[in-house]
Amino acid sequence: MTLTAEKPSTLTSQNSNFPLIFERSQAGRRGVIPPQAALEQNVDLVALLGAENLRSSAPALPEVSELDLVRHYTGLANRQFSVDANFYPLGSCTMKYNPKVHEVAAAWFTDLHPYQALETAQGALELLHSLGQSLATITGMDAVTLQPAAGAHGEFTGILMIRKYFEQKGQLEQRRIVICPDAAHGTNPATAAMAGFEVVEIPGNARGEVDFEALEAALSPHVAAIMLTNPNTLGIFETRILDISSKAKALDIQLYYDGANTNAIVGRARPGDMGFDVIHLNLHKTFTVPHGGGGPGTGPVGVKAHLEPFLPGPIVIKNLEGSALAYGLEHDRPLSIGRVRSFYGNFGNLVRAYAYIRSLGAEGLKDVSSMAVLNANYLRIKLSEQGFATAYPRINMHEFVATPPKGLKTLDFAKALLDYGVHPMTTYFPLVVSEAMMVEPTETESLETLDNYAQIMGEILRKAQANPAWLESAPYTTPVRRLDETLAAKKPVLTYQKMLATK
Amino acid sequence: MNIPQNLQYLKSHEWVHLEGDTATVGISDFAQEQLGDVVYVELPKVGQIASSDETLAVVESVKTASDIYSPVSGEVIEVNASLEGSPEQINESPYELGWLFKVRVTGLSSELLDPSSYHLVAEAEA
Repeated sequence: MTLTAEKPSTLTSQNSNFPLIFERSQAGRRGVIPPQAALEQNVDLVALLGAENLRSSAPALPEVSELDLVRHYTGLANRQFSVDANFYPLGSCTMKYNPKVHEVAAAWFTDLHPYQALETAQGALELLHSLGQSLATITGMDAVTLQPAAGAHGEFTGILMIRKYFEQKGQLEQRRIVICPDAAHGTNPATAAMAGFEVVEIPGNARGEVDFEALEAALSPHVAAIMLTNPNTLGIFETRILDISSKAKALDIQLYYDGANTNAIVGRARPGDMGFDVIHLNLHKTFTVPHGGGGPGTGPVGVKAHLEPFLPGPIVIKNLEGSALAYGLEHDRPLSIGRVRSFYGNFGNLVRAYAYIRSLGAEGLKDVSSMAVLNANYLRIKLSEQGFATAYPRINMHEFVATPPKGLKTLDFAKALLDYGVHPMTTYFPLVVSEAMMVEPTETESLETLDNYAQIMGEILRKAQANPAWLESAPYTTPVRRLDETLAAKKPVLTYQKMLATK
Repeated sequence: MNIPQNLQYLKSHEWVHLEGDTATVGISDFAQEQLGDVVYVELPKVGQIASSDETLAVVESVKTASDIYSPVSGEVIEVNASLEGSPEQINESPYELGWLFKVRVTGLSSELLDPSSYHLVAEAEA
């Protein structure tokens, strides 16, 4: 008898056809049998809820046992890629490790309701107040709103405040332009356009910074704001930021700081000191709120004093006039742009960020940016030793942009990395670098992880150079291989109902 | 590299075919190759006035979105509406079925390149 090592053909852990919970449904199967007594009580549902609110047929819920359900979601979890399981150097996303103690802290607040009386939620309000003050101190701003639900939402909030500022000054007709660098995050021009401004794009220079002369030439009393990321999307610090801010200040142009890259400077430099008037932070990037699964994020916005009246309300105030409570809510804000989010923002995320700031302290936050920058520079050198060029070969901050040798495609490297259990880098961004590989290791990765990643990238490169077809067909071990991205973009199937209809 | 001899080009990879006072505009074979699979095209409106070297259309692929500049000035007289349903024609047939728009020409861009000059531009970027 011979024994073969053939894989079973129905290995569920790698099965590409992982069913939806609805597809596991078997008519009549139940996880829980409700107590009969409750069902037999004669409740007049029509009187209780109103006839118009009663269903005419049972909802089409999946009918599964508790074990079916547990295995389904455990199976999904096991197929998930996360920073808890693997290295995740996705540039511009700051996929750092999120300490588990923050989850413990967030769980303390799960019984809180946003409608409960303020005197019973003083601790939560104190946390909001204290977090706002910490973020103002960290960024060099005077006041903060914690409402925005993500980075782009924060941008929109910030630009609306700038809009209101010029409206108050009677200059809105005149201030039509928002300036963005050509390497900007796509959300910057999108935000400006959504707020009704015209976008003017400024090119970068050979050093990977904004072209100062081109920027200077674009400045005029028609410009409302300049949106910058510093370090920029190439991971390079804008060394002329003080020149830019003094030129802007002279024309009352508002300087907006896109906080996506704050991990590079947190605890070390403050956008407020650089001359920025508005900043949004991504708490889910710099301040360890788990992300990557579609949210929720949190994008607080900080402003200098001249923009404070425009902040969304309500704002938590200590010893509010006319209130006996230690912490109250200030609703009377006549110049405010209004609410941008229900209640107090994504509160659970605010607790996590607060826990992070308090557990690290000012000195610990300095180590965050130092290690993030050190790790990124180390990895840049290691990748160049392996044969990858750097788009702008100079000392970078928390991330850098590499490129593969001519003829090889970044997309194929991203696919091949999946076989090695590493999340791909950000690809094809920023748009100004062809075949861009944007790598951000973050501060929480060890020397061994960085070395291993460089080895893997080198191995993929050498195998590709020996056999280009191997690279073009990767990945080989994932549940699904090359997806039809064109079809997905053109005809996305997003709901189960839609799937039924197309079957 | 497929660079037809009867066309003129911009260094931003648009081609233009001039016939009488009508210019047909598209993107080069090299450009479609670099973009990857095209999934969406934003075309100008018929009657819109184009000035040369101004953005007139947007081609979006799975990889990126790219502004399309007009190599000529004049009035847009026709757009390739079939691209809205089948943008992949830009990949499959960049010089024939994948044309983007036609303009009644009043002026030419000063940056037009002949096929051999464009070949050098594309080769430098390949």
